[in-house]
Amino acid sequence: MDFSALSPVALIVSLMVAATPILIAAIGELVVEKSGVLNLGVEGMMIIGAICGFIVAVETGSPWLGFLAAMAGGAAISFIFAVLTQYMLTNQVATGLALTMFGLGLAALMGHSYAGIKPPKFGTLDIPFISDIPVIGPLIFSHDYMIYISLMIVAGVWYFLTRTRGGLVLRAAGENHDAAHALGYKVIRIRIMAIMFGGAMAGLGGAYLSLVRVPQWTEGMTAGAGWIALALVVFASWKPWRIILGAYLFGGITVLQLNLQAAGANIPVAYLSMTPYLVTIIVLVIMSADKKRTSLNAPACLGRIFHASS
Amino acid sequence: MFKLERRPSPSNAMVVLTPVLAVVLTMIAGGILFAILGKNPFEAIRIIFWDPLFNEVVASYTRPQLLVKAAPLITIALGLSFGYRANIWNIGAEGQFIMGAIAGGAVGLAFYPTESVLIFPLMVLAGAIGGFLWAMIPAFLKIKFNANEILVSLMLVYVAINFLGAMVTGPLRSPVGMNFPVSRNFNEYPSAYNGELVANTGLHMGVLVTLAAVIVAYILLKHHIFGFQVRTAGQSPRAAKFSGVNPNITVAICLGISGGLAGMAGLFEVTGPAGKLSTNFPLGYGFTAIIVAFLGRLNPIGIMLAGLLMALTYIGGELAQFQLSVPAASIQVFQGMLLFFMLAVDILVNFRIRLAKKEVA
Repeated sequence: MDFSALSPVALIVSLMVAATPILIAAIGELVVEKSGVLNLGVEGMMIIGAICGFIVAVETGSPWLGFLAAMAGGAAISFIFAVLTQYMLTNQVATGLALTMFGLGLAALMGHSYAGIKPPKFGTLDIPFISDIPVIGPLIFSHDYMIYISLMIVAGVWYFLTRTRGGLVLRAAGENHDAAHALGYKVIRIRIMAIMFGGAMAGLGGAYLSLVRVPQWTEGMTAGAGWIALALVVFASWKPWRIILGAYLFGGITVLQLNLQAAGANIPVAYLSMTPYLVTIIVLVIMSADKKRTSLNAPACLGRIFHASS
Repeated sequence: MFKLERRPSPSNAMVVLTPVLAVVLTMIAGGILFAILGKNPFEAIRIIFWDPLFNEVVASYTRPQLLVKAAPLITIALGLSFGYRANIWNIGAEGQFIMGAIAGGAVGLAFYPTESVLIFPLMVLAGAIGGFLWAMIPAFLKIKFNANEILVSLMLVYVAINFLGAMVTGPLRSPVGMNFPVSRNFNEYPSAYNGELVANTGLHMGVLVTLAAVIVAYILLKHHIFGFQVRTAGQSPRAAKFSGVNPNITVAICLGISGGLAGMAGLFEVTGPAGKLSTNFPLGYGFTAIIVAFLGRLNPIGIMLAGLLMALTYIGGELAQFQLSVPAASIQVFQGMLLFFMLAVDILVNFRIRLAKKEVA
């Protein structure tokens, strides 16, 4: 086996690419959970975003329009979840599962004539001279635009949740919906907006997968990324910045095992492919083991149904 | 505007009516979907729901398929229903199904080519244990470390799929399979083969076990203390605790039952209808069973009917694929919609929809 082929700089760059889809999806889900809603449909929303973005990007030739369409698609399908859980008071776990199954099916249906096509190429940052500096250039100044955008989204979410009134109201709805309701806040409206933001972000993450990371459309291409994003929110203890840490950690593991596969490591491919999922479980166990801390960080009304009985 | 008004007690009529309503709504929405795809919606619905049972040309082939497809769905959904009642969400039945098939299949192949009547029962036992142990992982992690069983059980599905890949390219690869990633064929090994008991009915051992499981589950749920404990644990965890229900034991039992049943279903599937272990073995029964459990309102009899209906959509979906050339995924959309509608109309059980009068401040 030849380890010298693995250059650290190239590894870090590719781990950022591998991490970005789950990073974007997880930051969206974090906002949803902060508002007190557990949406298990991330996988379904991601794959809808992946195919919506892919179709629009291929048809118009513009990846940017693709990303916009992916956000619209993700938000649209999350609206079904929002109506069911907020107005029809359905169980959030079951509805999220339904969203995932429906999304996977619908995406396969929409995409069955798009398999095997190459999407238009997405641009990367290229500042004259600066992007060409060895090590620092490729590490900081020559990623594709979406990587910078994803980090800006995290910063934006952090600012919104911790420094604005709107963020405070959203967190209030998640911590105690009865109190928020009593204060005159529209709990249901807040939650629907949060769910749709989460849908848009999951869609964007999915589109990054089909337009940049792979880049191609294949059925079921998310392969559990949405579920990993859900685990990431737990890993991050519902704190925005930690999502970056977690996502890059998972990205690193994914890239490492892919590189080991390519380098012809003496381990069967199937065992290497398991590692991201196994690591997710291990991380979940470590983060959940301290019951006190988990219950302190998790929004108190997470997953509970709100019905204003006047 | 409409207003929801809580009923004083859940409506019994709605408990029975809502699944029917959900199916009707799904047919309408599905019809619209087929119309968008440019197919005649009435023809599509007829092909999916009527032809598999009553069309003279195809029914002789498709009718036996009904039992073959319904049996694993019902078996898995029965197991899941206990946990779902107690708010324990095992969504990794697909993984337990696969591990059961691997464990039971491996035991059978280990005896090849010895012939004995004891081999098949042993394989069934190994399959159940395989699924049981796989489900014990999320149970243990939940009890000991408070890890979310939804995410852990789901992650284990992907681990199981990869493990299956490793097995059929490694230890379990057929020596006569020309290096394809498949195991030995079970129908060439009489002691391990789960064949039809009556020709052209689709009736195999697994179907009988499913029937038995329905009856046992019904008795457990309605007439046994365990059913009571599960129902209380779901409706009011605090009340359950006061009445002496240990939540950890409930977690272990619920996950254990569902894992064992899923594993057994996997074994019957691999030794009969599927015929061999291969990377194409996972068919998503473990996920569809979640829909079956809800459509059957987590009630054993309901689950049996829901399983038969869902099997029908599988078979009808295949027919529609051939005859109307609709994409295979459309049936998946159809099943997803069914679950959406089922969850949505569920509100009618506990709430009444009233036209809200203008309120005077």
